[in-house]
Amino acid sequence: MPTLTLVQAVNDALKTAMRRDKSVLVFGEDVGPKGGVFLATEGLTTEFGKERCFDTPLSEDGIVGAAIGMAINGLRPVAEIQFQDFIFPAFDQIVSEAAKLRYRSGGQYTAPMVIRTPYGGGIRGGLYHSQSGEAYFCHTPGLKVVVPSTPHDAKGLLLASIEDPDPVLFLEPKALYRSIKEEVPEGHYTVDLGTLRGVREGKDCVVFCYGAMVPVAVKAAEQAAELGHEVRVVDLRTLLPLDEEGVLEHAKQVGRVVVLHEAPRFCGFGAEISAMIAENAIEYMDAPVVRVTGFDTPFPNTLEHHYLPDARRVLDAIERVMAY
Amino acid sequence: MASTAAKAAAQIRERYLTWEGAPIADLPDRPKEWFIDLYSSMRYLRCVDERMLKLQRAGRIGFVGSMLGSEAVLVGAARAISSDDWLWSGLREGGAALLRGLPLSEYIAQMYCNSLDTAKGRQMCNHFQHKGSHYPSWSSVIGTQIPHGVGAAHAAKLRGLKEVHTIFFGDGATSSNGFHSGMNFAAVWKSPCVFVCVNNGWAISVPARAQTASGSYAQKALAYGMPGHQVDGNDPIAVHEALTALIERARSGAGPALLELVTYRMMGHSSSDDPTKYRDQKEVDLWTGRDPLPRFARFLDQKGWLDGAAAERLEAEHNRTIDAEIHVQEAAAPMPLRSLVEDVYAEVPLHLRKQYNDFHRIAERLGQAQPGDGAFPL
Repeated sequence: MPTLTLVQAVNDALKTAMRRDKSVLVFGEDVGPKGGVFLATEGLTTEFGKERCFDTPLSEDGIVGAAIGMAINGLRPVAEIQFQDFIFPAFDQIVSEAAKLRYRSGGQYTAPMVIRTPYGGGIRGGLYHSQSGEAYFCHTPGLKVVVPSTPHDAKGLLLASIEDPDPVLFLEPKALYRSIKEEVPEGHYTVDLGTLRGVREGKDCVVFCYGAMVPVAVKAAEQAAELGHEVRVVDLRTLLPLDEEGVLEHAKQVGRVVVLHEAPRFCGFGAEISAMIAENAIEYMDAPVVRVTGFDTPFPNTLEHHYLPDARRVLDAIERVMAY
Repeated sequence: MASTAAKAAAQIRERYLTWEGAPIADLPDRPKEWFIDLYSSMRYLRCVDERMLKLQRAGRIGFVGSMLGSEAVLVGAARAISSDDWLWSGLREGGAALLRGLPLSEYIAQMYCNSLDTAKGRQMCNHFQHKGSHYPSWSSVIGTQIPHGVGAAHAAKLRGLKEVHTIFFGDGATSSNGFHSGMNFAAVWKSPCVFVCVNNGWAISVPARAQTASGSYAQKALAYGMPGHQVDGNDPIAVHEALTALIERARSGAGPALLELVTYRMMGHSSSDDPTKYRDQKEVDLWTGRDPLPRFARFLDQKGWLDGAAAERLEAEHNRTIDAEIHVQEAAAPMPLRSLVEDVYAEVPLHLRKQYNDFHRIAERLGQAQPGDGAFPL
């Protein structure tokens, strides 16, 4: 089994999908001969030709709009938005069109397509190469929102997303693109959308997280172990539709919950997890749910490592819920 | 390819008829029945439009985006777009769809938003679709269908299909993101599509002079690297010939083109709009004199192909057809409540089943649940 980084696993998934299904094609800005700014699409044009992996003019609105038309007319487009920060010109096409097409047409028309985009901080990208915009999209019925945190999941979830009958926003944690390597099965396999993943066992407290925050949670859990707290870590993997049953099950079993994301706090995804537990499992809770998040500010540049939640902030939250 | 392009350009004339209906160019080589059908079809659309406006005033349906005045655009276009080709549209192309295969029953069902509506009553009135004749669902957002049509045309090219995608939008949409990205992508990709700007003078209350500083909408095509043509949109022959030429040009592989059809929106933007607040009656009167129906009736009468009495008989026949269908649609049931949460995804996910079941519990407690509204298995 080859050992791959997360970005190599994305590349492997794209190649696997394109070999299996001629209707899968990849396009976006600089994804062709250059292979994408992070090399996620490296080698695709060489292997599959410029009709199946190609550069588009520089318009996110056009990329997503055209992808919708291709999906309606029998193809399986995988569009890349170079940075999630640049997705907003396409917001209308994603929210008003792709997400609503099945519903508004009574199921007559659908847009099976994937929009891949690197998200999140940690690369000194400042305001416009660092954001985590998942909450905007999780507020959009009709869309699926997927965030892998490991090479294995990146490949399996991306293949599942490409085969899914509905539009999927696939958020890739660029901070993890090359920071972890693991064995990834060759060939085709999928990881089901809408299923969370237990990362680490623990009976005292659970940290719900996703994407680039998963290793941060694991590090904090290891530090907490030295203090005698057995902390469970759960990777949500699919934010929409969320594995609600799984979240509630973990929350009920443990009774103490920390929610972790790097996006701003106010109306962030953590608020949904917190509300879900308050509505459905409050009688199991031994402490209030605590959120650890980015600040409610634009994304900073030089101070990004203070903006981004790190193990010490997560550990502090764990200690607070444990002390309650 | 060059010869196809030259042929296309030669076929495109600004108009074939004077405002009085006299031919000013050699007419296309067609039997007289073809010309009579153009008139009959325009008359049919006007009957449909008038009936829908009556239903709206009577409170039976909620909203009409009237096509009054644009019948020559719709009929000329419908007869130019073959059954394998696609029609991407905005608010006022339902009439063209009707002539291309959208059944009248589905048209009226959509106006009633009832359980016979293929969109399951989810869209507001006047938002038609028909899969069988390649007329996709569209949203109320202006210009978003333009890159869809381009993407679909590009897909056709990649799949080796010979279909052409015609993409309709109004003059206001030329200011949208979708117009720019769609025109640009199509030109770069040489997509088999034709952009059709139906310039009816007004985008709700904003006139053309406040929409663009360009000399015409057609000339915008040049900046994108494609031909642009401006044609009299109240002359169904001119519309038909121009669109046919550009569709065949696109089909031959010569790439996209932009066709501007100049017409006039005789009514308000919709049944909810009062145009007397923002436009001069003199302008309306001018265009009333250019109404495509009497203009074409004069042409047929002068040719000795259709006289006034025959034209009136056509109208009575059309109205009988439409009224019979209205009676059927009046009786149709509304959509069942469960459809609230269906078709959001291919399968109804757990959180939506739960949301619906909780709602259904309240409906049942209050005795308001209907048969077919039952809860989902969790």
